[in-house]
This record gives sequence, C-alpha cells and structure tokens, in this order.
Amino acid sequence: MAKLILSMDGLVLKEIVLSKERTTIGRKPHNDIQIDNLAVSGEHAVIVTILADSFLEDLGSTNGTCVNGKTVKKHFLQNNDVIELGKYKLKYISEAVAGATKAADFEKTMILRPGAMRKPPEPQAPAVAASAPPVHTSTMPSGAAAAAAPAPAAASARAHGDTQVGMAAAPAAAPAPAAPVRHAMLQLLSGANAGKEMELVKPLTTLGKPGVQVAVITRRPQGFFITHVEGVSKPSINGTPIEVQAHALNDHDVIELAGVKVEFFYKT
Amino acid sequence: MNLSQALEIASHTDPGMVRSHNEDSIASIAEKGLVVLADGMGGYNAGEVASGMATTVITTELRQLLEDNEPHEADPKSGQKAALKMLQEQVTKANTSIYQASQSQPQYAGMGTTLVVALFYDNKVMVAHIGDSRMYRMRGDEFSQVTKDHSLLQEQMDAGMLTKEQAKHSANKNLVTRALGIDPTVEAEIHEYDTQPGDVYLLCSDGLSDMVSDEDMGMALQALGANLNLATQQLVQMANDNGGRDNISVILIKILREYPAAQGLASKIFGWFR
Repeated sequence: MAKLILSMDGLVLKEIVLSKERTTIGRKPHNDIQIDNLAVSGEHAVIVTILADSFLEDLGSTNGTCVNGKTVKKHFLQNNDVIELGKYKLKYISEAVAGATKAADFEKTMILRPGAMRKPPEPQAPAVAASAPPVHTSTMPSGAAAAAAPAPAAASARAHGDTQVGMAAAPAAAPAPAAPVRHAMLQLLSGANAGKEMELVKPLTTLGKPGVQVAVITRRPQGFFITHVEGVSKPSINGTPIEVQAHALNDHDVIELAGVKVEFFYKT
Repeated sequence: MNLSQALEIASHTDPGMVRSHNEDSIASIAEKGLVVLADGMGGYNAGEVASGMATTVITTELRQLLEDNEPHEADPKSGQKAALKMLQEQVTKANTSIYQASQSQPQYAGMGTTLVVALFYDNKVMVAHIGDSRMYRMRGDEFSQVTKDHSLLQEQMDAGMLTKEQAKHSANKNLVTRALGIDPTVEAEIHEYDTQPGDVYLLCSDGLSDMVSDEDMGMALQALGANLNLATQQLVQMANDNGGRDNISVILIKILREYPAAQGLASKIFGWFR
C-alpha cells in the first residue's frame, strides 16, 4: 500500500499508510493526519486513494498546498512527490515501490466487477477554512506533533525512507523506451545530396522510394538493424544483398538501395 | 461476396518476454471480412480457454451466418443492419459458453476474456468490443484510436480525474470494467464506420498498447504499411524491446480497394467476376 512520510526540517516524524479511500489532512483533531500548526487549515487537504493510485486535493485551505514546489488544487500523486504544508513535508511513496506486490501478478488483466469497489467520491465542495486565521502564517511547531514520533523510531523510519528512494530508480510503472545504445548517423555517399548527414533519432527510419524499393532501419536495445520492406530487389550491405530477416548494422557499413549508397556509422 | 481481394490481413501473436504462455487468441476469415482478437484472463490455463472459446464461437458461427445473410441488409422492422444483430447474438453466445464453462468446471472458475471483433462489408466496418483490447485506424497520416476501453483508467479519464498523459503513469492499468464470460449477460459496444481504400486498421491486445506509445505504433504503420507482415512483426518486436510484460497480439487489415455490397441481380453477377 502507498504511504506518506511526514517530516519537518529534514526530521522524519511519522509514516502514514494510505489504507483508507479518503485520508484527510488538517489541523483539527478529526483529521486522519493531524498537523497541529497554525499554517495548516482546519481541513486542509484530502488524499483519495483508488486501488493503487492516489489523488491529492486541496480543500480550499488558506495557505494552499504545494507539491514539488508548485501550488496545486488537485494532483495525481507520483512516487517521491513531496507535499508541502507550511514547514511540514509529506513524501509520497507509491504502492508499486512501497508494497511487496509481485509485479507479475500485479499486471495481469483483471475484471473489476461493479459493486466490488465503492464509487470514487465526487469532488467535494471546498470546505470553508474559516478557522485558520491568515495572520499567523509563521510556523509554531507545537510540542504535540514534534513529540509524536520518538527519536529512535524517527531515525529508523528515515533509514527506511532512504532505501525506498534508492529503489525508486527502477519504477514499476510506465515502460521507459529502451535508450539507444549509441547515437548513429547516416551519410549519403552518392546522388545529388552526397555528403549530407542525418542522425537516426527515431525508432524507425525508412529509406528508399515508396513503390520502388524501401528498407527500414530499426533502433533496438541491441543496436541498429536494417530490414527489407518492399520492392523486387533487396538492399545490399557492403555489396552483399541482405536476406529477408533483419540484418544487424555495423559501424561504417555501406548500404546500397534504389541506386543510392549510404554509409552507417556511430557518432563518437 | 468474397472480400479477400479487397482486404489484406496480417496477424501475429507472441507470449512476450515475461509470460510463459499465451492467453491471447486471434482468428480471421479474409473472404468474409472478419477478424477477432481476444485477451483471456484467469488462473492456470483458464485465460487461454476463455479467449480460445470466444474466437472459435464467433468465427465458426459468423462464417455460417455470413454464408446465408448479407450483413448490410437492414431489418425491415427495426431498421437495424443484419451485421449488428449477428454480432450481438454471437457475442452473447460466446459469453454464455464461457460463463457456463466457468460455472461447471472448477478449474475454469472466474475466467473471462476481452474481445474486439471487426466485420468489413459494403465499404464499412462494424466493430464490437468488450474490455481493453483496441482497434486503431491509420488514414493518411493520422493514426487514431477507434475503440474506447472499458477500463477503470478510461472511466477516470472520462470523469476528468486523469489526463491522457497522467494515465500513462497510473498503476491501475490492468483493471477492466467489462469482460466476456464473467457475468450471465454482457453488452458489447458496437459502432459502424466508413472505410476508405488505403486505410489500415490495427486490432491489438493491451500487451501492445501498454508497451508501445500510440506515436510509435503510428510510425511503424507509416513506415511499414507496404508490408503488413513485417509491420505486425515490428510492432510485436517493439513491445518486446520495451519489456514485453504481457502477451502481444496484433491484427492488421489494409483496405486495398472499394468493396460495395452487391445491389440487385446485375451487380451481383458482376460481383462474381471481380
């Protein structure tokens, strides 16, 4: 389950697991996360959690809610987001990182049956935060919040937090397209534009004339490959025609197709 | 009417890089202009059983129905096209078969499948879908998604909670709100679209659409549209290069020329010689 780490001035005070559908944050004692500080409105913000996703919503607080330095009304929380309320910071650690859910099980398509989950709550009318006097913006950390987390627990929680940050380097969500191994270029060796260079930036680059002869160069994690697409004759590499399957390109290979010679090379 | 001259169809299915077996199932009948893709779910081998049942029931039944009926003909009473009725009935039939199997066989309990079916006739395509298997269309330079997923994510996007950009980072990607074989009844979403010569239609399971961005899919079709077989392989390879975390299935259909329905006897005879 996703969690929040509450800290002030770099000192970890508390860890809160987002186990409820709605987790409220505010100065008043009925909030799930109470921050007894005058810079925090009575009902300041709420975090709505729908399965593995959490959304932060400001409830019309006097001093506003900041995420990663920006004031937000509503925000879809991402791993390592830092919510700022006055001097207090809440760091969001997503379920994929915090939980022990196995990635394989997790990604299996599942049916969500009607009634299996309560309806996502309707966006609430902003709560009237009349209780927070706007004059007292200077923070006065109350003893209650500071004393809530004993020092050893705080230290261990912080250590734990650090490990999590390290793990965040391998995010479970959002498949990042594999980065190209090296930058590759093509240079025309013949024809009207001889000498012209182009970088292979796209995952797919087509060469040739449609309807006559076309080949495609694909960028893959293993390197660059050329494949014959259409036309009677196949392109040749260093004078030898390629087969039907993809052909791996090596540095300084000369590709010949539709009467034009092109050199493939890696940018140094 | 035989559509195999008007449509070029290529398909490819792959278990991906992580899963040991393929729970996707694909089928096509080129001369009838029918393509079916299903992505099964459920423990052990139940997902394969569900998706396999869906494609088998729909292709065999529709093949027979299309022999005896013209899909473009409208019912005089309701004004609905025969194609609509056929698709609705066969989806219901497939749903019932899977549901009953899952109820009677304990090892199949809870199995289900997503579905996307496209039926081409009379310069049109009718698409029925359930769940998060999709159809896209490439027309000219424009590559766009035709179907709208029945998923939690899509509902959240519709409700304005998430933008399309944010949805890419959601952890709730894998939850569908509608599937075949889970409940005694299911309603497929069915729409009809006009086709144009040169259009390329892409049907895929979420193994492709979750791993490869729409832009990259469009680029692959743009670059390799001349060679559909290569394009299907390229799409699967792109999904695998990006991690291949789910089974990947792709069906591509290219409209080679117009295929209007035969009107009257003379054009019917003419139709035979085409």
